[in-house]
Amino acid sequence: MKSDASRQGREIRIEGIEKCWGETTALSGVDITVPAGSFTALLGPSGCGKSTLLRIVAGLEAPSSGRVRIGGEDMTQRPADKRNLSMVFQSYALFPHLSVADNITFGLRTRRVAKAARQARLERVAALLGLGPYLERKPSELSGGQQQRVALGRAVISERPVCLMDEPLSNLDAKLRHAMRTELRALQRSLGFTMLYVTHDQVEAITMADQVVLINEGRVEQAAPPHALYETPATSFAARFIGTPPMNILPATALGEIGARAEAEAGCALHFGIRPEALRPDPMGMLKMHVTGGEYHGADALVMGRIGGTEALVRVPGKTLPSGGAPMSLAVAPQDIHLFNAATGQRLDRPISAAQALASNDMAQATTVPDLNQI
Amino acid sequence: MKRREWVWGWALILPALTFIFLFTHFPAVMTVINSFWSTPRGRRPARFVGLENYERLINDPTFWKVLTNNLWYALGTIPLSIGLALLMAVFVNRPFRGRALARMSFFTPTVLPLIAVANIWLFFYTPGFGLIDQILGVFGVGATNLLGQGGTALPAIMAVAIWKEAGFFMIFYLAALQAIPPQLSEAARIEGAGRWTIFRRITFPLLMPTTLFVSINAVINAFRLVDHIFILTGGGPDNASSLLLFYIYETSFRYWDTSFGATLTVVLLGLLCLLAIGQFFLFDRKVHYK
Repeated sequence: MKSDASRQGREIRIEGIEKCWGETTALSGVDITVPAGSFTALLGPSGCGKSTLLRIVAGLEAPSSGRVRIGGEDMTQRPADKRNLSMVFQSYALFPHLSVADNITFGLRTRRVAKAARQARLERVAALLGLGPYLERKPSELSGGQQQRVALGRAVISERPVCLMDEPLSNLDAKLRHAMRTELRALQRSLGFTMLYVTHDQVEAITMADQVVLINEGRVEQAAPPHALYETPATSFAARFIGTPPMNILPATALGEIGARAEAEAGCALHFGIRPEALRPDPMGMLKMHVTGGEYHGADALVMGRIGGTEALVRVPGKTLPSGGAPMSLAVAPQDIHLFNAATGQRLDRPISAAQALASNDMAQATTVPDLNQI
Repeated sequence: MKRREWVWGWALILPALTFIFLFTHFPAVMTVINSFWSTPRGRRPARFVGLENYERLINDPTFWKVLTNNLWYALGTIPLSIGLALLMAVFVNRPFRGRALARMSFFTPTVLPLIAVANIWLFFYTPGFGLIDQILGVFGVGATNLLGQGGTALPAIMAVAIWKEAGFFMIFYLAALQAIPPQLSEAARIEGAGRWTIFRRITFPLLMPTTLFVSINAVINAFRLVDHIFILTGGGPDNASSLLLFYIYETSFRYWDTSFGATLTVVLLGLLCLLAIGQFFLFDRKVHYK
């Protein structure tokens, strides 16, 4: 299966999509551009509307307003089968009474592809996904991982420029999920289609996607490449959602005089965001934490405590877990301090010099390099 | 210890076994035995007659008449009531205003006793001022006597049975339809399947276990349900609407020819066994069980 010109992905543009059911609004004013051939993940907590958005792109659901364009064409009114896309469902949606081969070639049959061509394509897909020995079996005779591959096979055999996936890995065990992440990514790269991928798992989104669209309560919080999402979260929600453990969000009041000065300079109430891995124990540090407990993880450890009465976490090397009840001084590099408007949750992009006072000078040069595998 | 366990087991199923032997197996065996004996009358006790009853049965034109009637009755009612049930189930499975009302009205005939149903239909069929004649009257057709004519009596009875049975079978189809995950038809839709293709290639095959269950029930009912004949035609005219079980009843309890009734019953039992077994074998390859 080579990616020739006809197999190139197409751009998806989602313009001002709204979806309401009676009084409840599931999506409001969603604008997303998925570049052709890219892997875009729709990430968000459950119930945020990401699956609904995917179903609107698929044509299984109609938006209350807004447009869906695929490859420049307005698809909003087109039925699902005329949108030239394929889809993998969370439940796999395999036809239980059909064999693996019939499941995979279902779409080719409904589109009246000749038998010889069907067979040739089936063989290529089966070889690609390692399904050769199972073609005559029924889905119920396969393991979860194999069923998942059959669902993938049904999606890729149609050679569509766009593929939609709705949490395809959530029913697999952790080890298999890890292997499938790599495999899915490689598959998408080699076949060159545009992928729109729904997940609630930030690890999946961060490790696979070129672009992550973070959705919360039916709105786009941030659309950015994974590293930008981690390094410059646009809202305090994005800051808390990406990264494990989540970013510490400290109200300015917890930081005493520095906090008050920063708020005066910014002209609004502020939240300070500092990642647990950006905080370092340092006797000269400006932040004072009262340690309440610790969690040993092996390679590293998490120290729980309070900074100015607000719960906070610090990631330290595994061997240096401090005892509870002790005060701890912490240092942070200036570029690792994120400021958010406390009222709107939006990131403050202009520098607030008063906030930089939190960072001690000798730390200014040391940059925290986020280790993506640790997120 | 082991021994006491199986004693317990037998003790627990004993009540159920007693009843099944007393009311199912014992009568069945007695029926077969009785069919080889003559009917006891007054001072003449029953005597062993061998296959005499069966010989009489083969030479009885009424038997062949009611058997043919019953086959036509089965052929007419089973496919129609199952098809109608499937149609109604698909119809009330999708959301629309008044769906609950539609479901209820489809199911109502099932809740009514067949005797009551027959009485309602008796009004429909009444010559001259019944519902059917009133409607036909609008088009200038004169009075009809559907139940009183040899050619139409059996179809008229069949119509009542279909009306009564379809709603019952619909419930099974409806339950089966709701057990099919909606993602299956969504996946098929994305793969370019239209409504008819989805029904033919996805929905219908997944309903096969239900179809098997329903069709076995339909076959049994075609031989078992004769209540409405008592009300509507009494088997007439000239046995035109008489079915096997109705004939068994008449022979055994109206003419009190119990041994000939037993012989007819053996034929009915054999027929039903054959049909049920045949259906399992016929369907088994085509039925997908989860």
